Amino acid sequence: MTAIDAGAIGVAGEAPARVAKYRTCRFTGLRIEAQAEALIKVNAVAAVVFLAIGGLFGLLVALTRWQAVHLLGAEWFYLVLTAHGANVLLFWIIFFEIAVLYFASAVLLGARLAAPRMAWLGFVLMVAGALMANYAVLEGNSSVMFTSYPPMMASPWFYLSLILFAVGALVGVAVFFGTLMVARQEKTYDGSIPLVTFGALTAAIIAVFTIASGAIILIPTLLWSLGFVSNIDSLMYKLVWWGMGHSSQQINVSAHVAIWYAIGAMVLGARPLSEKVSRMAFLMYILFLQLASAHHLLAEPGLSSQWKIVNTSYMMYLAVMGSMIHGLTVPGAIEAAQRRNGFTRGAFEWLRKAPWCNPAFSGMFLSLVMFGFIGGISGVVLGTEQLNVLMHNTLYVPGHFHGTVVAGTTLAFMAMTYLVVPLIFQRDILWPRMATWQPVLFGIGAGGISMFMMGAGTLGVARRHWDTTFTDAPHAFEHAPGAFLMLGLNGIFAVIAAIGGIMFVVNVVASILVGPKLGGAQTRPLTFPLHQQAAEAASTYGSHATVKLPGTIILVGLFFSAFVLYYFVNWKYLSELWLFR
Amino acid sequence: MANDGDTASSTPEAAPGPIPVMQQVLDSPFLLLFLGVTLPTVLYLIWGVMEIISVPLAD
Repeated sequence: MTAIDAGAIGVAGEAPARVAKYRTCRFTGLRIEAQAEALIKVNAVAAVVFLAIGGLFGLLVALTRWQAVHLLGAEWFYLVLTAHGANVLLFWIIFFEIAVLYFASAVLLGARLAAPRMAWLGFVLMVAGALMANYAVLEGNSSVMFTSYPPMMASPWFYLSLILFAVGALVGVAVFFGTLMVARQEKTYDGSIPLVTFGALTAAIIAVFTIASGAIILIPTLLWSLGFVSNIDSLMYKLVWWGMGHSSQQINVSAHVAIWYAIGAMVLGARPLSEKVSRMAFLMYILFLQLASAHHLLAEPGLSSQWKIVNTSYMMYLAVMGSMIHGLTVPGAIEAAQRRNGFTRGAFEWLRKAPWCNPAFSGMFLSLVMFGFIGGISGVVLGTEQLNVLMHNTLYVPGHFHGTVVAGTTLAFMAMTYLVVPLIFQRDILWPRMATWQPVLFGIGAGGISMFMMGAGTLGVARRHWDTTFTDAPHAFEHAPGAFLMLGLNGIFAVIAAIGGIMFVVNVVASILVGPKLGGAQTRPLTFPLHQQAAEAASTYGSHATVKLPGTIILVGLFFSAFVLYYFVNWKYLSELWLFR
Repeated sequence: MANDGDTASSTPEAAPGPIPVMQQVLDSPFLLLFLGVTLPTVLYLIWGVMEIISVPLAD
């Protein structure tokens, strides 16, 4: 990295509140403020630490569900399942998302971070909350699993830790909004914010609803665990809790779609096909995506069909339409960029000759495909009231959200990390060949976990259940043998995903600590190069309006065929179980 | 940067006319925040809470 310059902050004629220090990235030309850079670093490091912890717990869960191994006893299983959920669904994801918010605002807009002291306070609260939650769970009195439904009661420390973490995350979101205002006021950009920043804004808006829902339900639950409140209504808890529990995963969707656009721009110089269309798709998320929380309550008797159908079958489908628009425009933007880069032969030269050895690209594209085919289609099936009864509260549900959060979000975040390490930490990737294979291995593992858990769930295996063979049940029951095959395959693919996860953590940590230096007076090129127009494509407004996308149209046609086929296969399956005479 | 329409090139354009209403909406983070919090609060939370509290208590 080259120049360091200082900018005075404040309105003309007034004393500046503080002096922000910037450096200019020699690879992108982007102006990076020191506080924003430091906060991106610490949040990214914390994210990877909690991914490592949570991933280890996840492997233990999968090895216990694999009946030939059945690693853990019941008490340890529920403890480890709780720790797995908290560490990966909340801590890994949200630490990384805060880093994404700071990157998409301060770095892409070339602005200083608003209120960096508040941002540090938020980070400290998040770390304290995450550590306290792990302590509370590992102590053994909070094995209530991620959903923590009453009347199961955890230690007060567990609820307090989640509240602390949520407050810290809310502070981070507020700093993001503040940074947007600072950038506008100081005119670091003209017109509209870039699409990647708009995607991050979408994630931040959903985060506000998510954290507010969490506060509404976790504060009375904390008081209940302390003995100040006598009772928490289970259905009321489920309703409000899922406003946090499911919406937190919608933050992920918005963030990883923003990352898809960012990686396409930075690696290939891809611009959106249409800024207007992509922004409208994000608007669909802002308005409707949180309502998908209702699909967890489709089997609850206390809520009317009107509430269920309006929230899922009507409103959720509008958010699904947003996802399908991104499913067209992201590969479409990549195809358009590749054709502009000279790969014009046939329908798929752009895809065959894409930079598959670059882990940022391969991770992003695998994330895109698996999120759509596995997580997306299964989400629509789960969100349909009638079909939901086929697999409600079975292992199909974790299968679905491993398709969205692991194969989709986690893989996209891993891909982005391969850009964050050289551009923000100023260290090159230490072991490039390992980095090339890592997204493929992790993607195969994550895809397998999702598919086989959904398979086991379709055969009736319950989620959150240690004793799949019902050895302790007073009435004998046996699942079909295929269910145990699915659980075994789930275990094998969990091992593959774990190997991919370990490769990621080891390579990233080693690169940060002892990777080749890129800063200062270094002139070393990047191992995985960026596109010449990376910064312009990622940080400015503008479309590459074209419809000459034969490869993308074929891929989208394939997706629709799979979608329609799977959707109607489930209706056929339902009609065989649910006979009307 | 050009923000009034799609361009076939990556070169930024100057805005030639008034900004369309929809773009003004999309350029207003706090309006979007208001919409993104209000809609799920009304349709999912408030409506859901009203349904639950209207379930009669068992004798």
